[in-house]
Parts: sequence; structure tokens; C-alpha cells
Amino acid sequence: MTTLAYTLTDSRTMLRRQLKHLLRYPAMTVLLLGMPVIFLLLFVYVFGGQLGAGLIHEHVAGHGSRSTYLNFVVPGILLMTVGAAANGTSVLVAMDMTGGIVARFRTMSIARASVLAGHVLGSVIQALLGVAIVTAIALALGFRPTASPLDWLAALAILALFANALAWLSTALGLAAKSVETASNTPMFLTLLPFLSSGFVTIASMPPGLQQFARYQPFTPVTDAIRGLLFGGASVAGDILPAIAWSIGIAVASYLWARRLYDRRSVT
Amino acid sequence: MPVLPTEYEKEAVKPSTSSAAIVADALSKSYDGKVVLDAVDVRVAAGTVFALLGPNGAGKTTMVNIFATLFEPDAGQVQIAGHDLARDPEGVRSAIGVTGQFSAVDDLLTGEENLQLIADLRHLGRDDGRRRVNELLERFELTDAARRPVSTYSGGMKRRLDLAMTLLGDPQLIFLDEPTTGLDPRSRREMWDVIGELVSAGVTIFLTTQYLDEADRLADRVAVLDHGQIVAEGRPDELKRRVPGGHISLHFPDPQTSQSAAHVLGAETAGAESPTLQVPGDGSPASLRALLSRLDAVGIEPDRLSIHDADLDDVFLALTGRPTDQPGPKT
Repeated sequence: MTTLAYTLTDSRTMLRRQLKHLLRYPAMTVLLLGMPVIFLLLFVYVFGGQLGAGLIHEHVAGHGSRSTYLNFVVPGILLMTVGAAANGTSVLVAMDMTGGIVARFRTMSIARASVLAGHVLGSVIQALLGVAIVTAIALALGFRPTASPLDWLAALAILALFANALAWLSTALGLAAKSVETASNTPMFLTLLPFLSSGFVTIASMPPGLQQFARYQPFTPVTDAIRGLLFGGASVAGDILPAIAWSIGIAVASYLWARRLYDRRSVT
Repeated sequence: MPVLPTEYEKEAVKPSTSSAAIVADALSKSYDGKVVLDAVDVRVAAGTVFALLGPNGAGKTTMVNIFATLFEPDAGQVQIAGHDLARDPEGVRSAIGVTGQFSAVDDLLTGEENLQLIADLRHLGRDDGRRRVNELLERFELTDAARRPVSTYSGGMKRRLDLAMTLLGDPQLIFLDEPTTGLDPRSRREMWDVIGELVSAGVTIFLTTQYLDEADRLADRVAVLDHGQIVAEGRPDELKRRVPGGHISLHFPDPQTSQSAAHVLGAETAGAESPTLQVPGDGSPASLRALLSRLDAVGIEPDRLSIHDADLDDVFLALTGRPTDQPGPKT
């Protein structure tokens, strides 16, 4: 077998281990994925009436009602779902590093990155599972995108790409954390950043300063790309390419950081 | 699409050119300015059992972790199974198995899944892997517990599973870091039996221990590590010979007599309340006669006496200045 084949085989083995962990101890998954569902209900039924009344969006249809806001907010909630899954990954990685099994992996002739790749792949699967659940609930509540199947696929691909980026980032954060507690706190910003993007309100409604921040942080192009794909009006140069560029950039930088931390970190 | 890393190197396993399983020259390691290993030389012949003996904090685990590619040494040359540690860590990893002090098992998986995981990582193939997993479950008496999560296992069961996982890849060289620490006497004996089987199968074993009887029983060669330096090395019987004599136990009718005798002989009693006195000596008739006549001169006569040959405890005491039941520096 070639080295790439070994890396793929070992990563698949590690993913299987990760999925067994997730299946056997589903409490964390349920907790992480429950949060975006609660936020969806909260934002649609508590804030949605008022937020929808002031909402003007050229592509999301409706006349400033609760259902308009539902259509508007779902991409933001989906990104929150992806962020929540990444948050959990950080904790799982930190916990794993304290165990003796990872020390054993290090003394074995296996692809070095496969331990981390197992966590990342598990995290992406968890995130996509969350995306499916949130989308299903949103559809039941009256979420009505105008997208073609191809647009749906493209939106899903962007979400997966972004989930992969955040999973590598949170893996690195989990490795960098000195304790499991730290690992559960440092990636909190991933669940907060969607609020400071175009996910929940239009950027135009924000005060100056915050507007600039929201415009140039990665969650905004990803949100806009998904919203644009689902409701029409996606700009390839303005939304989709920046979303892909951010995802690849974060993934590559975080991968290199995580590898360095993993290779350098000593046991016990 | 997840981005998969491609950086991975795997060198062909080179046959060992020498008969030495481990050759370490001037191995040094410090942490935060504290010297843990101080220019240590180690040679372990292939197919033998080498025991590294030392108190807690002597640097035993550090040495194992360096040999097992977990830590990089600050200085020194190391060859493991013919592979240079610095240049070819993957080659080293493909030749070794490690069972550490702390169980290297996945608590969230079952025993069987743990073994299967290692079989997959060793790329054994479906049928071969399955066969080896079942074989090892049987050999380590884990078949009944195979489908239970490891978190429900006892300490002895975990240690057996740990060793089974180490053996899955048929390593030529196995590191056992305090393999019986914290085990009950029965599990300890079982562990010794397994080590014996491995030796007869031609595996080289490097073990660390605080127990002298363990080193005495299992090892072909013993090295005593203290404060980061090897203070003695040799066959167990050679080491025992280095300590003159052993000792003579004198039993007196009461502790008072024992105290008086201790005063006369300049020896120490086993305690103020003990009627027994231990005196260094090789048990030769001349030394016994001299001993008894000194006591006779002050009118003391022991009830009986017994002669003890030196054991590794005496060696340890003589070499490190500490008895083995006081492993720390808190003497």
C-alpha cells in the first residue's frame, strides 16, 4: 500500500472508533444538537414576529412576518449547529489526549494524522447530522426555500466544507488546551460568531464598527452563500468563493497547527 | 469534503544487523533544568530480558518513553532493533510494543473492540485480524468479558488486555513499564507467566520495576538506575556477589537484650521493640566465632541465629543507600 492508502485506512479505523464513542455516549451529541433547535424555536416564535416585521431582504420572500424571519434565520441556525458540533470536538480531543490509548497510538507505526482525522471526520458527520435534523424541523415549521436540488447540494457542500474547517480548528484548540475545562470554553466563540454575522439580522441594521466586523468575518460569506443558494441571488464572487476560501484557509492553517501541537505534545 | 492529510512516511522494515536489541550511548534528558537521565549507556541483547530497577523518580519511565519514541532525548545515540531512534522513528515503532504504567486501553470500547482497533491499525486484514483477536482473548482469559466495556474491567483484566493489545503486532521488542505495579499477587504471577512465555518465543523484553524479586526472577540482566545514572549493571547473581556477605540474624529472648547486643556490636536493631538483630556478615565460621565471642565477653547469648545470603534488596541498599521499601527521597 502507498502512504496515502495507509493514511486513509488508518483514518477510517480512527473514524470508526470515534463513531462508536458517539453512538455509545449520545448525551453529548443530543446536548450539542439540541441547542440550535432551541435557538431556532426561540428566534422564530419569541423574537420572530418583531424581527420579521422590520426585515427587508431582496430574495427571502414574504412581507415582514414571522414566516419571513423563519426563512431568513435558518442559514444562521445551521451555522450555529456546525459551530456547536465543533465545540464538542474540542472537548473530545482534549479528553482523548489525557488517556493512555493515544500514548499507545504514538508508539505504533500508524499514520500520525489519523488520530486527529478520526476526530475531524466524526465531527463533520455529527455536524451534518445536526444540519439534517435542524433542516427537517425548520421545514416542518414552514421553512420554504426556492432552491433546486442542485442548489441544495451546493449549500450542503459549503456547510460540509465549513464544518471541516471548524472541526480542524476545534481539534487544534482541544490540543492546545491544558485541561478539558479549558477545551470546553475556548471554542465558545464559534457559537457566538453567528450572532455577529448576517445570520440573525441584516448587517445594514447594525451600528458602524460592528457592521465592518460582521461583513468581514467568515460566518457572513458562508451564511450569505447558503441563503443565496437556497433563496436565489447567490453571488459567486461575493459569497460562494469567499466562503470556500475561508473554509480552506481555516482548515489548512488549523491542520498545520494541530499537527504541530500533536507531534510536539508529550504524554502525561 | 474533509481535507485529509497526506504527510506520512513508512519505511520498509530493515532487518536488524546486530544482535543487540537496544544500544544507547550517553543518553541524557533534563526537564526544567533537572537532570533525569545523565549520560546513560544501555545495551540489551536480542532475545533477553533486561530489568531496569530503581526507586520512583529515578528516570525509569523517562528512559522507556524515549526508547518508545514518545520523548526526544537531549543528547545521545540510540539504536532500537537496528533502527536509529532520531532518523527512523517509524522503523522503531514498527518493531516495538509498549505496555506502560497507566493502561493504554480505550475505556469507552469493549475489550474485543480494543483488540480489533489495534488489529486494524496493524493492517492485519479481516480474517487474520479476527483470528488473532480471538486467540488473544482466549489466551488472556478475556473471552467472557470480550463484549463488555473496558470501564467495567478490574485492574488485572485491564492490564491483561493492555498486554494483549501490545502483543497483537508480534513486536520483536517489548517495553513493560512497571507491569505488575498495583496488581494483586495472583495477577502478578499471571503476568510473570506471560512474560516467561514471551521470552521462550524469542521476544526481547525491557522491563522497569521497583520490585527486586521481579527483576531477580525474570531478568537475564539487571541495571540499577538512581538519580539518572546507572549505578550497577550485571546478571542478578553477579550483582548479589558485589555486596559482601549478606547478613546474620540474631534472635534474643527479649528486646532489651537485643538492644544491649546492638550496642556491643555497633549494629542496628529492626526496631526498639524487636528481639531480632541483623548484622552484616558472610556467614563464614570465622566471622561467626568472632561475633559470638564478642557477645560472650559481655555475657549475652542469642537463642538462635540464621544466616542470609545477599539478595537484591541488599544490593539495592548498598548501591543507593536506601532500602527498597522507602522508594522516595523521604528517608
